[in-house]
Amino acid sequence: MSTIGSEITKAGTAGTAPVRSSMWRQAARRLLKNRLAMLGLAVVVFMFAFCFIGPLFSPYTDNKIHLAQMNKPPSPQHWLGTDALGRDVLTRVMQAGRISLTVGLASMVLSVFIGSLLGAIAGYFRGICDQIIMRLADLLLTIPGLPLLFILGALLSDWKVPTEYRMYIVMLMLSLVNWPGLARMVRGEVLSLREREFMQAATVLGLRNRRKLFNHLLPNLVPLIIVIASLNVGGAILSESVLSFFGLGVMPPTPTWGNMIDSANNMIDFQKRPWLWIPPGFSIFATVIAINIFGDGLRDVLDPRPRK
Amino acid sequence: MSAFITKRLLYTVVILFAASLLIFSLYALTPGDFITGNIKLTPERKAELREIYGLNKPVLERYAIWLKNALHGDLGYSMAQQKPVLTLFNQYIWNSFLLAAVSTFLTWVTAVIIGCVAAYKQYSWFDTLVMVAIFAAMSLPSFFIGLFLIKILAVDWKLLPPGGMIATGSQATGLAYVKEVIHHMTLPVIVMTIMGVGSLARYIRGSMIDVIKQDYIRTARAKGLKERKVLFTHALRNAMLPAITLVGFELPALFGGSLIIEKIFNWPGIGQLYLTSFGLRDYPLLMGFTVLIAILTVIGTLLSDILYRVADPRVRLQ
Repeated sequence: MSTIGSEITKAGTAGTAPVRSSMWRQAARRLLKNRLAMLGLAVVVFMFAFCFIGPLFSPYTDNKIHLAQMNKPPSPQHWLGTDALGRDVLTRVMQAGRISLTVGLASMVLSVFIGSLLGAIAGYFRGICDQIIMRLADLLLTIPGLPLLFILGALLSDWKVPTEYRMYIVMLMLSLVNWPGLARMVRGEVLSLREREFMQAATVLGLRNRRKLFNHLLPNLVPLIIVIASLNVGGAILSESVLSFFGLGVMPPTPTWGNMIDSANNMIDFQKRPWLWIPPGFSIFATVIAINIFGDGLRDVLDPRPRK
Repeated sequence: MSAFITKRLLYTVVILFAASLLIFSLYALTPGDFITGNIKLTPERKAELREIYGLNKPVLERYAIWLKNALHGDLGYSMAQQKPVLTLFNQYIWNSFLLAAVSTFLTWVTAVIIGCVAAYKQYSWFDTLVMVAIFAAMSLPSFFIGLFLIKILAVDWKLLPPGGMIATGSQATGLAYVKEVIHHMTLPVIVMTIMGVGSLARYIRGSMIDVIKQDYIRTARAKGLKERKVLFTHALRNAMLPAITLVGFELPALFGGSLIIEKIFNWPGIGQLYLTSFGLRDYPLLMGFTVLIAILTVIGTLLSDILYRVADPRVRLQ
């Protein structure tokens, strides 16, 4: 933000920068007062710390197979028990969280980037750009999401993508399915912004399209994009878990919360060893609900549009 | 209005053609076919079968054949089950519809009640509780909550059957059969209702809050009407207007089944059929299912747009 702000100041439209910073400060103040949203943020921070710092304190990070320690229920040594290969479930949940959170965040960044860029271009230039981009979005929105993800997942398996790389392709798949909805929202916002006085002023000043788009239009889209992005992470984490649960997402030995729940597909594990699949399920739940509550708090303070 | 509908219909048809071509090419790209998977066949027999099913032709030609038949109301023949795809759909779709119809009904009733009360008591402890519960429902991974409830209610407490539509080997008929099906569908319906109620209740709460602040509500109160009448006759009717557009979006879910729920609860619906066929690469069926959902989606969207215009005269004028 600061770079954009300073460029605008240089461009001679000084005065907008302090107003904007006070808008952000105001939003932050209101957000801090929203106790529910702060609780959500605290849980999100905790989950990140739990997954990324937690394993440093675990003596079981090597993922070595201990045949003597197979399928043990929770005990003082293994707080959440061990799995079929004698690995510590608590440590696996943390390591899985690293992957699940990374996939969720990265695919959000990617789909928000593609979605807002295409949406902004479509809304700003209108005409043929708009036609092409929005028709493509309509087309992708017509195809049911889950079957589309299944097909892509099956293609991945056939191309023998090594398991370490699957995670990146899963991110790409999720973004491919997610961007059309985002593009639509951003386009709608741009359509209303471009008719506003400050955009007309920019036109009258004879600014080039590039400058109008990146220096004047995009900064005004930032609040909306932040809100969309925060609410999108939860959805991406859920989609990844569904895909991995069906064996079409990230595959073992790389653990994710979704593919850990896959052990529930085994009758004995499902009925007799709930410690294998209940902890990752609750991790997904806790993370996604915290992200959604925080995202909703953000929407309250940032989204200028009336709430639906 | 009719010009609007005609234009939208034309666009919808074009999008559907493009979507079906895209889906067809994607399935054609998907590795393996039904014949590759069968290890009992000799290579010669496999080539012969591919010839019979037309699998050796180029993708575009196959698509043209498929499209021609589809336009004549023939979605092809399931290779795995040796039955016409439409017959199979007819056989499974009603099981899906049963689950979806009951849970959609329950979802709307619960969401309207919760949304109204939460809006009426905005910022009360009940409202906060409802908001947290709504977020919880929106954040649940459906497959996990399904498994969790099966584990608790069916495996541990043995209150409800863990899955299926009737008990294994059951010969029940008549009323006993109905009772058995109801018993089996309770758990999946609960999960589907929980999954759906969150966002809908939130929507209704939001729109109810907007309506309650309107002048005509104050007028109704000033006339001395009972609070219940104000809330449910004057406010709710207007608050439901925007929600009506959501009815159209329920269409694909009503007839398209739910892949995840049907898989978890082993429900013999169309979603389950799709998943089984996906493993077998039974293309005619996969193609038929995906296109069916696509058609339901566009019809649903169209229906929403039309309902929105019918319900709200302000939009019609623009």
